[in-house]
Amino acid sequence: MDNNKEKLLEIKNLKKHFKMDRNNYLKAVDDISFDIYKGETFGLVGESGCGKSTAGRTILRLYEATEGAVNFQGENVHAKKSKKELKKFNRSMQMIFQDPYASLNPRMTVKDIIAEGMDIHGLVKSKQQRTDRVNELLETVGLNAEHGNRYPHEFSGGQRQRIGIARALAVNPDFIVADEPISALDVSIQAQVVNLLKKLQRERGLTYLFIAHDLSMVKHISDRVGVMYLGNMAEVATSDDLYAEPLHPYTQALLSAIPISDPEVERSRERIIVEGDVPSPINPPSGCRFRTRCPMAMEVCSKVTPEWQEYSKDHWVACHLYNDKYNDENKARQNLTKV
Amino acid sequence: MDKILKVNDLSVSFDTYGGEVKAVRGVTFELDEKETLAIVGESGSGKSVTAQSIMRLIPTPPGKFASGSIEFNGESILDKSEKQMEGIRGKDISMIFQDPMTSLNPTMTVGKQIAEGLIKHQNMSKKEAHHRGIELLKLVGIPNPEARIKQYPHQFSGGMRQRAMIAIALACNPKILIADEPTTALDVTIQAQILDLMRDLQEQTGTAIVLITHDLGVVANAAHRVAVMYGGKVVETGKVDEIFYNPKHPYTWGLLGSMPKLEGSGDEELQAIPGSPPDLADPPKGCPFAARCPYAMKVCEEHMPEYTELSDTQKTACWLLDERAPKVEPPESAVVGGSKVNG
Repeated sequence: MDNNKEKLLEIKNLKKHFKMDRNNYLKAVDDISFDIYKGETFGLVGESGCGKSTAGRTILRLYEATEGAVNFQGENVHAKKSKKELKKFNRSMQMIFQDPYASLNPRMTVKDIIAEGMDIHGLVKSKQQRTDRVNELLETVGLNAEHGNRYPHEFSGGQRQRIGIARALAVNPDFIVADEPISALDVSIQAQVVNLLKKLQRERGLTYLFIAHDLSMVKHISDRVGVMYLGNMAEVATSDDLYAEPLHPYTQALLSAIPISDPEVERSRERIIVEGDVPSPINPPSGCRFRTRCPMAMEVCSKVTPEWQEYSKDHWVACHLYNDKYNDENKARQNLTKV
Repeated sequence: MDKILKVNDLSVSFDTYGGEVKAVRGVTFELDEKETLAIVGESGSGKSVTAQSIMRLIPTPPGKFASGSIEFNGESILDKSEKQMEGIRGKDISMIFQDPMTSLNPTMTVGKQIAEGLIKHQNMSKKEAHHRGIELLKLVGIPNPEARIKQYPHQFSGGMRQRAMIAIALACNPKILIADEPTTALDVTIQAQILDLMRDLQEQTGTAIVLITHDLGVVANAAHRVAVMYGGKVVETGKVDEIFYNPKHPYTWGLLGSMPKLEGSGDEELQAIPGSPPDLADPPKGCPFAARCPYAMKVCEEHMPEYTELSDTQKTACWLLDERAPKVEPPESAVVGGSKVNG
């Protein structure tokens, strides 16, 4: 990763807490920081309930942040803003949703769905221009002009997701949050949509935040990947580094849990199986949140929250195993297990 | 090994407003004792309908068994009365479903749901069933089973619920366990736990498993044999190694090619299968995959190919295997563990 990469987004200590009742807060996103460079795909992975979708939505200000800042091209998205200023942001940041069945209005034609954003932002002057632009977008995503007059229910899941992509592209955004855009689709259709997203990125210089739980797909599409666990960021690295040399025990477990479509490999593989389930985010474990399931947990893990540190270049991790202060204990422990 | 289940030329269709949907069209396969057979395919390929037919869970009408037979231990399942089926379901053949939240009864404690089958099929008393229930929960790795057995499904997490469902399914030591996408709704770390559990339990109890899934990774992990379904038909079947290392059907190639490889650099394009699956209300006359197949010939659209036996275990239905067809090599993207096979 070269240094002259331009930061498009800077996420700083972002928190999003939901109030459950008088005393309880669900800390869906709790103090995460990372950057997204212009033109890259940043993959965000984690299990359900880890806060990855909330993070994506808070970055777009679909949710108001509890604390922290999201700087988009140097401006804080969450600063006080007039409707007009907010509209400007909405144009440059778009979203593709997970469920293509629920995210398209069943009572609007595909043409109106795609054109809605352009109408709101006043991007087209005449009816003819609107039609032309919609047809052009439909073709870009691999549908044809005739499809514009139909309704969403007439399309398959993969086609609907293409419509969702066309809608996001309609306002010429710089940045797109794709929240599990392929999880609802069949394998053979997933590949079609991923290839389309990659093609659009090449042609238009788009920046993606790609949220998913499918690590092999994230590895395929992303330049850099962030791993979340219970509202915290566990590790951020380039996708090659993350897969070649995962540092955080959670990342290691997550990688070793992916079934690989090769029977030989599956038979000979040693799995790190993490025990138990993800604890409740309302009352998360003290210190490091992964410690209750971590095979490497030390005493310090329950007391001190691990620092977010750059362990090697562009490889960030939050784990005491990589902190010199606690390393002695760790080494002693490893020796113990060897004996 | 003995065949415990024989499905022969099974066809199942449904009457709908849009006409007759032929969901399963002449499916044939066998299940050995103690083995795991994976049925792979996309949504609408007929894999779940096939599985539900074995349990006779297809409501008739609108469904109907148009042709074929299902033999379990030499007896025809399709000729049984509903009363006789009740004696088989849960006792000899049991099933676990994709979504553990909706398939457990929210108004009954987990213990009661486990006991139900034990009391009905094994004439246990309530007390015995309760004790056996605790044993079963322990077997599927639920901590603190004495307390857990009194709880309701909503008090369980997703992975726990799936474990409880496996406990219910295994309660009467069934000969066949049908698992319909058992891990699809679960996270990867939990999925790994459940797959491990199913393998351990199979070793302990010797249950044969029919595993329905769309995830080839799960297949490679858990299956002994594989049947690939497309458009209501089994297009290719064989041992797991044959399907992954020597696939002959272009659809199997397509499936293998559309999975991203972990060791890949990410620069290569995924080999997507163009188009979408056929409409089974009006199924194509010939090979169901012809419309999406890059190697399709004229004959493919007109006639369904016969099975070609490539080995004792591998059978493929594709015209490319006919001696008159041009020789086609699988695309590079479909080669699993490339170096091992070629070098």
